[in-house]
Amino acid sequence: MIYSVSWRNIWRNRTRSLVIITAVGLGVFAGVFTISFMLGMVNQRIDAVISTEVSNIQIHKPAYLESSETDDYISGIEGIEQSVLSDENVGAVSSRIIANCMIASAETGSGVQIFGVDPSKEREVSDINSRIIEGDYFKGESANQIIIGKKLADKLNVGIRSKVVVTLTEMDGTISGGAFRVAGIFRTSNVLFDESRVYVRSGRLRELLQLEENTAHQIAVSLKNNGTEEIVIKGIKENYPQLSSLSWSDLMPDMKMMNESMGFMMYIVVGIILLALGFGIVNTMLMVILERVKEFGMLMAVGMSRASIFRMVVMESVFLSITGGAIGIGVALLITAITGKTGIDLSFWSDGLNSMGFDSIIYPWIGIDSVIVVTILVIITGITAAIYPAKKAIELNPSESLRIDM
Amino acid sequence: MQVLELKNLVKIYNDSEVKVKAVDNVNLTFEQGEFTAIVGPSGSGKTTLLNLIGGLDASTEGEIIINGTNIGKLKPWELINFRLFNIGFVFQAYNLIPVMTARENVEFIMQLQGVEKKKREKRSMEILSAVGLAERANSRPAKLSGGQQQRVAVARALSTKPKFILADEPTANLDSKSAESLLEIMEKLNKDENITFIFSTHDARVVAKARRVITVEDGHVVSDIKVETDIKS
Repeated sequence: MIYSVSWRNIWRNRTRSLVIITAVGLGVFAGVFTISFMLGMVNQRIDAVISTEVSNIQIHKPAYLESSETDDYISGIEGIEQSVLSDENVGAVSSRIIANCMIASAETGSGVQIFGVDPSKEREVSDINSRIIEGDYFKGESANQIIIGKKLADKLNVGIRSKVVVTLTEMDGTISGGAFRVAGIFRTSNVLFDESRVYVRSGRLRELLQLEENTAHQIAVSLKNNGTEEIVIKGIKENYPQLSSLSWSDLMPDMKMMNESMGFMMYIVVGIILLALGFGIVNTMLMVILERVKEFGMLMAVGMSRASIFRMVVMESVFLSITGGAIGIGVALLITAITGKTGIDLSFWSDGLNSMGFDSIIYPWIGIDSVIVVTILVIITGITAAIYPAKKAIELNPSESLRIDM
Repeated sequence: MQVLELKNLVKIYNDSEVKVKAVDNVNLTFEQGEFTAIVGPSGSGKTTLLNLIGGLDASTEGEIIINGTNIGKLKPWELINFRLFNIGFVFQAYNLIPVMTARENVEFIMQLQGVEKKKREKRSMEILSAVGLAERANSRPAKLSGGQQQRVAVARALSTKPKFILADEPTANLDSKSAESLLEIMEKLNKDENITFIFSTHDARVVAKARRVITVEDGHVVSDIKVETDIKS
């Protein structure tokens, strides 16, 4: 009964209720859509980290993580790859030979990390092949093909089929070099990545480094489903305790922190919005109490308990906030669904966003957990905002309230 | 059978610097089925007396015993519950819940008592028929005239068959025809259901219908006339 009466009571003053419902709706919409926008941004960044830059798991010799020296390589990679691939959670693996080198064009040079990869395996763990904007991703059998980032290409002032020279240190410390032709230019959302990484065939880099067969510096592991990293790492550690297996979040703790803190920060933003709206609800409910003093006096007189009156007032406030909240959440989810497909184009800020590793087209996204948390926050706001007005209502003296002329 | 006894009842208001003795040493008893009017000039203490009987105000001194229960000794929540099950109220300004229909208003107190839905619906329609408003059962108070609203209020008060009904100036806001009709209904219900009615009133029409008239002045009972008995005697 109390729920039904409370619901009807909020429509006694339709205009006033609609004003507060609209305010709550707008506030909740702003909060939820901000969350979905930021989560979309962060998720895209994490997707890029996993699918383009790092992959789900990387296996190294522990010393390599400290020194990045070329002689800290893993031996027997074929057996390790087969073993890792036998895990049902693993989708693909790709061994990488890595060296720090200088790359030079006819005009200028730059320090980069050169990755020697098996193109057919690499495309299974990294989507760099799909980010080629000029040329091709290792087309044909030529050993001297090099894939470079757009930023580096601009810096070196080179294009497709341009010649570049890579200078690096062999295993024995001898300085060595090789000439390559630019076969493809990629562009990711991370300018720093585009500027500092180049890809060649692993056979050619092995030759330049004088590195023996069946070795690599890194084994990148791609999983069928994100989130199973710990299970796979546990299996690898059991079989290869001498190797280091790290997930993307361990390799890029800044990403992990951003992922974990973003949601929390967004809830704080929503909390502040709801706090402000809460004061509006308090004001509305105080007016409600003032207008219905005589009615509350009657209710107490005829035997309605103070607890029931308290509950009725709280429910009115909760209904106001939930109605506004539901509208706000609904509209936010609708716009998130639409923009999640079309994207929000922030190309005019692309330089700034790309320099921080973010895409310039944002696809908002929100999980059911965030919607549940916001809904709970809205209900808590409604309850909290009603406590003071409800306390005022139950403190009324029935005989005095009944005497008031309204 | 005695339903209500007031013993040495005193109510002093201390709201201002001056103490006001609104009820001064009142001693009264009421029998089951009485139809009593408490009359007196404005400020004489009629409404205060009614509020004390209804447990809406606490007395400064004295006792109010309803069916053997001294309501002054009840805890606040017990008093609310006591009112719910023993006393019906009719107010001058009707005080119906505007968002409820006439039938829902009548059912309201039964709902508070926890009466099951079917019984509530049956009783509410019975009592609305008794006050002549069965056909307006689904109308909200705003769609009813003042007289109709007060009849709904009477129906609400009677719905739970309380020990007695306290009616504070029930006809004050009504036109003559409505007042007359309401009084006839209350008199009939008083007889049919043997429920005690105690009115506080200025209205001569109410006094004319009452079988007992208590006159209050400055908080004192100055006369207590049982009409039928006194006329017979």
